[in-house]
Amino acid sequence: MTATRKIRVLIAKPGLDSHDRGAKIVARALRDAGMEVIYTGLRQTPEQIAETTLQEDVDVLGLSILSGAHTTLFQKIMKLLREKGMEDVLVFAGGIIPQEDVPALKKIGIKEVFGPGTPTSVLIEFVQGNVKERR
Amino acid sequence: MFDERKLQKISKERQRWKTTKVPSWIERHPERKNEFSTLSGISVKRLYTPEDVKHLDYMKDLGFPGEYPFTRGLHATMYRGRLWTMRQFSGFGTAEQTNQRFKYLLKEGETGLSIAFDYPTITGYDSDHSMAIGEVGQCGVAVSSLKDMETLFDGIPLDKVSTSMTINGPAAMLLAMYVAIGDKQGVPREKLDGTTQNDNLKEFFAQKLCIFPPKPSLKLSTDIIEYCARHLPSWNPISISGYHIREAGSNAVQELAFTLADGIAYVESTLERGLKVDEFAPRLSFFFASHNNFFEEIAKFRAARRLWARIMKERFTAQNPRSLWMRMHVQTSGCTLTAQQPVNNIMRVTFQSLAAVLGGTQSLHTNSFDEALALPCEDAVRVALRTQQIIAYESGVTDTIDPLGGSYYVEYLTNEMEERAMRYIDRIDAMGGVASAIEKGFFQKEIADSAYKYQKEIERKQKTLVGVNEYTVEKDWVPVELLRVHPKVEEEQLGRLRKMRKERDKWKVKEALDKLHAEADKDRNLMPTIIEAVKAYVTIGEITEVLRSVFGEYRELIVV
Repeated sequence: MTATRKIRVLIAKPGLDSHDRGAKIVARALRDAGMEVIYTGLRQTPEQIAETTLQEDVDVLGLSILSGAHTTLFQKIMKLLREKGMEDVLVFAGGIIPQEDVPALKKIGIKEVFGPGTPTSVLIEFVQGNVKERR
Repeated sequence: MFDERKLQKISKERQRWKTTKVPSWIERHPERKNEFSTLSGISVKRLYTPEDVKHLDYMKDLGFPGEYPFTRGLHATMYRGRLWTMRQFSGFGTAEQTNQRFKYLLKEGETGLSIAFDYPTITGYDSDHSMAIGEVGQCGVAVSSLKDMETLFDGIPLDKVSTSMTINGPAAMLLAMYVAIGDKQGVPREKLDGTTQNDNLKEFFAQKLCIFPPKPSLKLSTDIIEYCARHLPSWNPISISGYHIREAGSNAVQELAFTLADGIAYVESTLERGLKVDEFAPRLSFFFASHNNFFEEIAKFRAARRLWARIMKERFTAQNPRSLWMRMHVQTSGCTLTAQQPVNNIMRVTFQSLAAVLGGTQSLHTNSFDEALALPCEDAVRVALRTQQIIAYESGVTDTIDPLGGSYYVEYLTNEMEERAMRYIDRIDAMGGVASAIEKGFFQKEIADSAYKYQKEIERKQKTLVGVNEYTVEKDWVPVELLRVHPKVEEEQLGRLRKMRKERDKWKVKEALDKLHAEADKDRNLMPTIIEAVKAYVTIGEITEVLRSVFGEYRELIVV
C-alpha cells in the first residue's frame, strides 16, 4: 500500500439473513483501525455486491452470512468479481459457516473464513497483512 | 418495609463492618476487580442490606402473586400449579421434515409448538423467487402456500396444541393459513391457541426483516390485533419482542425499555381503531431474552411485569385485571453461545433458563449447545428440552413462588431496572414515540454502541468468556453430528410449488388478488381478505407483491 491511501474495505451482507451485529462490529473495528469502510446494509444480491465492489474501488471485501446460503451465494459473488476483473480484491468471510465448507470456499478465492468469537484484532492484522498493492 | 430504628442500627453496623472488618481482609485478599457491574452497567456493591431497599413498599411494589403489580408472578400459585410451556423454536428444510421434528418434540414432552420459517418466507418471497436462491429451508422451514402449511401440520390436531409463529411482515398470511387449517380440521376458531410474533416495529431496529415501510407495517400489526380481538379470542395476536433487540446487541435495560415502548405504540395504534383497551390488552404478549448476568435477568423479568402493569393501569386506565398482565415467553440468549468448546453452552443455557424460571416466565425456549455452529441437531435439541425438564422436576425451584422475592440485591436491581427503563421510555415519548425514534436512528445507534462496547470488553479481557478469551483449547470436542440441510430440499420445494401452481384454480387466485389490492387501497382490515386468498392457494409471495405495490417497500436506514 502507498502511504497516502487508506485501505478501502466493503463489508457486505449477501442473502436474506438479517444478523448484522457481527458485520457492524467488524465495520467499526476496521474503521477504528484507520481503514475506510463502507457497509452495504442487508439483503444484497451477488450482483449488487460485485457492482459496489467495483464502483467503490475497494481493496478488501468482507462477506458476512449466517443463513446457511453461503456456498451458493459466495460462488456467484466470486464468479462476478472474476468477470469484472477484480481478482486482486482481498475477500474474506465470516458468520456461521461449517468448517467442512471452508476448503471449497478457499478454492474459489476466499482468502479466509472467520467463525464466531474471532477477535477483531485478528481481522485487522489479517487485512493489513494480506491486502494487495493496487495500481 | 423496615422499622426506622432497626434501619439506623443496620446502617451503623454496616459502617463499622466496612471500616473495620473489610479493609484488613482486603489487604490480605484483594478483590478480583476494582469495580463490579452488571451487563447494563449498573454498578454492583459488595453487599446489599435492607438499606438498599428501604423505600420498598411491600404492598405497592411487590404485592401478592396474581395481583397488581404482579412483581412476584402473574398467577396465584405459579409453578406449583402449571409449569411454564416448554416451547422449542424449530423448523428446517421441507414441511415434511419439520412436521417430523414437531412430532418428535411432542413425543419427548414438549408442550407447545414454535415454528421457525426460512428467510424467504419471513421476507415475503416464494421459494422460487430469485432472492430465495440458496436460502430455501436453510434457516427454517419453507412455506410458500397453504399447501406447505397443510403438510407442516399433518396429523397435528390444532385443538390439542398451541403454536407460536415467528413471523412479522407476512404474519397475517401465516395466521390466515393456520385459520384455514383449523377450519379444515373442524376446530372452532375461538379454540385456536397460539401466537403470531407480529411485532413489526422492532423489525426496523432489531430483527431487521422488514418488508414494508413503518406506517403500513404498524397497520398490518394492528389489523391482526383488531381481528383477533373480534374473532380469535384465544390467539395472542402479537408477541412484543425484546429478544431480537437484545441479540442485536442491546443491554438488559435497553431491551426492557425499547420493548415496553413498542408495547405502548401498539396499544396507542389499536386504540386509534376505536377499540377499548380492555378489549384487546389481555391478549398482548411479550418475548424476552435471558442473557448471562443471572440476577440482572431475574430482576428484568420482575421489573417488566411491574412496569407494564403500571403503564396499563396509569397511562391507559385499563380496568380488566388481565389487561395488566404481562405474559412472557423467554428464550435463552443465542449470542452468548460459543463456537469454541460448544458443550459448555449447556451450562450457559442452564443458568439462563433458571433465571427465566426464577423470573416467572410463562413459556421457555432453551437453545441447543450446537447453535453457534449450525441449526440444532436432534440430540442437541433433546438436551435443551431436558434442561428445562430437570429445572422443572429436579431442582425444587418450582415449589414456591418467586423464591428470590425479598432478596436485597434482587429487589434493588428490580427497582433499578424499572427506573432506568422508565427514563428511556420518557426519552422516547419526548422524541414523539417509537416511530419517530426509529426514523432518527435512535434505537439503531443505541444498540450498535452497546454491541461494540460488549465486544471490546471481551477483547480487552475485561469480560471473561470461558473457552473464547480464557481457558481455550486447541481442538474442540463436538459430540454430535451437525445438522446439514440437504441442497436437494430446495429442488424438492420448487417442484412442489410448481405442481401447486398448476393445480390451483387460476381464476380464484386472480379474483382474490384483485380483491386484496382493492381492500389494501381502501385501508380496510386485511385479515378477512387474506384468509380468503390463502384458501385459494394464493402464495405468500403473491400476496406480498400486491401489498408492496400498495404500501411501498422499506429501504434500510443504515446506522453503523
